[in-house]
Amino acid sequence: MSTNYKIIKAEFLNADTFKLTVQSEKISQKARPGQMVHIKCGDEGGVLLRRPISICSVDREKGTFDIVIQIRGKGTKILSKYRAGDMIDILGPLGQGFSIYPKHKKIIVIGGGIGIFPLLQLLKDHPAENKKAILGFRNKSCVILEEEFRKECNELLISTDDGSYGEKGFVTDILKKELDKEPADMLFFCGPLPMMKLGVGIANEYNIPCEVSMEQRMGCGIGACLTCVCKTKNGDDWEYTQVCKRGPVFSGDKVIFE
Amino acid sequence: MRGNINLKVNIGGLELKNPVIAASGCFGFGREYSRFFDLNRLGGIAVKGLTLLPRKGNPPPRIAETPSGILNSVGLQNPGVHAFIEKEIPFLRKFDTSIIVNASGSTVEEYEKMVEILSDADVDAIELNLSCPNVKEGCLSFGSSPHRVREVVSRVKKYAKKPLIVKLSPNVTDIAEIAKAAEEAGADSVSLINTILGMAINAKTRRPILGNVTGGLSGPAIKPVALRMVYEVSKAVSIPVIGMGGITNGTDAVEFFLAGATAVMIGTAGFANPMVWVETIEVIEAYMAENSVNSVTDLIGGLIV
Ligand SMILES: Cc1cc2nc3c(=O)[nH]c(=O)nc-3n(C[C@H](O)[C@H](O)[C@H](O)COP(=O)(O)OP(=O)(O)OC[C@H]3O[C@@H](n4cnc5c(N)ncnc54)[C@H](O)[C@@H]3O)c2cc1C
Ligand SMILES: Cc1cc2nc3c(=O)[nH]c(=O)nc-3n(C[C@H](O)[C@H](O)[C@H](O)COP(=O)(O)O)c2cc1C
Ligand code: FES
Repeated sequence: MSTNYKIIKAEFLNADTFKLTVQSEKISQKARPGQMVHIKCGDEGGVLLRRPISICSVDREKGTFDIVIQIRGKGTKILSKYRAGDMIDILGPLGQGFSIYPKHKKIIVIGGGIGIFPLLQLLKDHPAENKKAILGFRNKSCVILEEEFRKECNELLISTDDGSYGEKGFVTDILKKELDKEPADMLFFCGPLPMMKLGVGIANEYNIPCEVSMEQRMGCGIGACLTCVCKTKNGDDWEYTQVCKRGPVFSGDKVIFE
Repeated sequence: MRGNINLKVNIGGLELKNPVIAASGCFGFGREYSRFFDLNRLGGIAVKGLTLLPRKGNPPPRIAETPSGILNSVGLQNPGVHAFIEKEIPFLRKFDTSIIVNASGSTVEEYEKMVEILSDADVDAIELNLSCPNVKEGCLSFGSSPHRVREVVSRVKKYAKKPLIVKLSPNVTDIAEIAKAAEEAGADSVSLINTILGMAINAKTRRPILGNVTGGLSGPAIKPVALRMVYEVSKAVSIPVIGMGGITNGTDAVEFFLAGATAVMIGTAGFANPMVWVETIEVIEAYMAENSVNSVTDLIGGLIV
């Protein structure tokens, strides 16, 4: 059921990215890392569809959850105007989140751009004793949530495309170097498609299971309209699968990247 | 329901307890929305468009938002009619709502076969989709000329043991002509409109947004066109008309009744508001109570011009 929830905090993290803390007993209790919510932006300017946004972190005691949103177009622009005290129409939590295997001792999460958000709660919830995060940003001014991530993992590696902060280069290059030093039990990717495609290739090369969180334009958000599909393996054949319902998180060996 | 208000309608032999139906392709096979509200509330469910064999559908992206509307290019992804009969009918039959099966084919023989199979299945009506803009072969081409419509409808009619609804495309010059051809060939009712062909372009990348390049427009953007077409068709034929296109609330639905529709279907609006079908029924009831209308059928074609 879509419900109006109260925003208890709204703040900008940098010039175009903001965080909303929302009061919801239901979502904070039910949400698993990697799941998303589907948000109505309001009827302004003929914006009809909801926007899919990952749950970034939850506070199960306070009954709140955080979402972090980058302004991209009309809908996210409208959402950026919400303030503490406003009500927001949210459907969720939706979809399949990341798999947490308690026997895994060492995990690495790899995120790029807006793909880093769902990885924060994953780090919080995962019981592994050795957790590493590799996060990629365009440049120094895009780097956000650094402290939040540092708190939840043993080691945080940051890279920027232009080298203005952390290492220069791709997160997948850093990942390879790390895996050469020490293997991992599982890898989790969320970010641009080319990054995830490379990532799954690396996971296969090192023979490590991995999961990827897919992005696709969506309609209903619950599995009924078949607009949000990605290509997945189906035995010897393939099929189009709803990202909103069967994903957004898929096993890395299930998705067919083209 | 309010005491003396009668929401029942009869659409060419298909009895509905109320005139609000979930539109094909926007409601899957009902499973997802059954988590949000009681499907018993619906007059009917038009299930996702089926074909004889399973179809994979078109490459993504399959949806683009346009001002007050959306474009889709799903391309009839579906598990095929046999899987539907085996896996979905038992679920849908648990609810007291009419099952309308939306059926497509790429040849006349396929349409015949579909109707033959579905006539023996436990469903309440067959909605012949002669208007899907998103598949290359068949479908839309069957719905775009009166003589093709006459041919398909008269041939499937021989196999039809259930009320036959013919779904019309707006992508034609004269929709009333097409509706008349469907009526003459034996359609028990017509439903309209399917989506309007359109496209969306990303100027920055110089590429189309949809994987299929073109798609079908739906949502509030098409409501004025849909109302006009329902109005024209209902004057041209004597079989009942099911109206749809951009309905987002009960007032919109009443407008369609006044234009000549006996029932309405709602699709796109459910993406933003999963309760839209139930809320629409409630607003229709409230409108009737306020205006002392006892039977919803008294509204049909009640436009004052
Ligand atoms: C599972 C999932 C999780 C996401 N999590 C986050 C998150 O935590 N933070 C964040 O900032 N963004 C996230 N996104 C991306 C976010 O949904 C888009 O940036 C947003 O929908 C853009 O809307 P707009 O109105 O600003 O852009 P417009 O370009 O005006 O949007 C037009 C249409 O395209 C869709 N669209 C455009 N870009 C995307 C995209 N990249 N992915 C999906 N749909 C898109 C919109 O939803 C809308 O329907 C996520 C996307 C998915 C699929
Ligand atoms: C995602 C999507 C899928 C659709 N699939 C079908 C379909 O399989 N068969 C069909 O007859 N119409 C299909 N339609 C058309 C709708 O049933 C309806 O005719 C149209 O969307 C107009 O109504 P609306 O504005 O309320 O959505 C689809 C529409 C959408 C948005
Ligand atoms: S958005 Fe409708 S099926 Fe995924």
